[in-house]
Amino acid sequence: MSMSNALFTYTLRRADDLLILSQRLGEWCGHGPVLEEDIALTNRTLDHLGEARNLLTYAGQVEGKGRSEDDLAYLRMEREFTNVKLVETPNGNYAHTLVRSFLFDAYHLPLMQALLESKDEQLAAIAGKAVKEATYHLRHSSEWLIRFGDGTEESHQRAQAALDAIWTYTGELFETDAVDAELVKAGIAPDIASIQEAWSKTVDAVLAEATLKRPEDGFMATGGRNGLHTEQMGFLLAEMQHVTRAYPGATW
Amino acid sequence: MNSTDDHSKARILELLERVKDPEVPAISVLELGVVHEVSIDPTGKVTVTITPTYTGCPAMDVMAADIKQELLQAGISEVEVKLVLSPAWTTDRITEEGKRKLKEYGIAPPATTADIRALKGESPVVECPQCGSKNTVMLSAFGSTACKALWKCNDCLEPFDQFKCL
Repeated sequence: MSMSNALFTYTLRRADDLLILSQRLGEWCGHGPVLEEDIALTNRTLDHLGEARNLLTYAGQVEGKGRSEDDLAYLRMEREFTNVKLVETPNGNYAHTLVRSFLFDAYHLPLMQALLESKDEQLAAIAGKAVKEATYHLRHSSEWLIRFGDGTEESHQRAQAALDAIWTYTGELFETDAVDAELVKAGIAPDIASIQEAWSKTVDAVLAEATLKRPEDGFMATGGRNGLHTEQMGFLLAEMQHVTRAYPGATW
Repeated sequence: MNSTDDHSKARILELLERVKDPEVPAISVLELGVVHEVSIDPTGKVTVTITPTYTGCPAMDVMAADIKQELLQAGISEVEVKLVLSPAWTTDRITEEGKRKLKEYGIAPPATTADIRALKGESPVVECPQCGSKNTVMLSAFGSTACKALWKCNDCLEPFDQFKCL
């Protein structure tokens, strides 16, 4: 694999995680349980989307075939998306949404911190912006997890149920293949083992405070990084892409 | 007078002072600290380099367009607005004058990032922009725009926005 191919795929994977998560969180707009949370989730949507746009633009430049951020977001088919399945899982109830975000935030923050040291200047610059926002995100989702877990019997039970249901999607965050190996060797990507360690530490600390039980590692879902998605992904993309596809080339 | 004199840097900065943040029209793009560099090449082409506040801030596109429009209207024939991510913008880039205007506008200015509590998202001491009381509480770290948090004053009971520390 050539270096630019590896860098393109690596950047696209980071971009797709954030793009798809922002699309999911955006579904809460106008439906949040309280006004402050409605605003919080749409703020996060914007942060994730902003980071996704930077990454998609850069991926397009690395690829060198003239694809823009919009081309990559709106004109790829499901099998070409490289996000983890975790971020495409439906919102479910509020506990489910917050647990999903927490498990992602606890991975995203140390990844961005590590990318600050990347030998790729543009990835380091994007991480420089993202790391500050990611700090707010992790704090937000951690606080809610603690409030749910250490709250009422009902909120505890729902948070635990969400955690148990989603856990199977966390293995994919730490998968590696030839793309990662190539970039780790070049000093562009961090070793995923250090990210997993940081993630695990955060998860254990927050779950302990939330009086929630860390699920056992069982079967772990896989395939997202290579374009194999859950049955919900097609519906998500249909909503995200239908205007662009119905009116090709439209501008406003 | 040649074209370079026409568009001296001081003149450009004067023009940029007129371009306001579309979401916080009390302060200019200069006071907000998003203008990273202004350069004028020998042909008279003006390049303004800006750095985004929040990555997903929808106001950035508007600011870029407003800057371009302001300079074109002033008779500068070629203008380019470039966006750079590095060095990353921080709230420390907001000028003292900008902070004063924010407060006057009813938005509590950010603490400096040297206040580690603020950077970690722990509640810093924030003064109510309405009555000046320090007896305030954060309602939510996320406010009406990406850059603001929502606060309430325990004395005058008014809710207010705070430009959050980044």
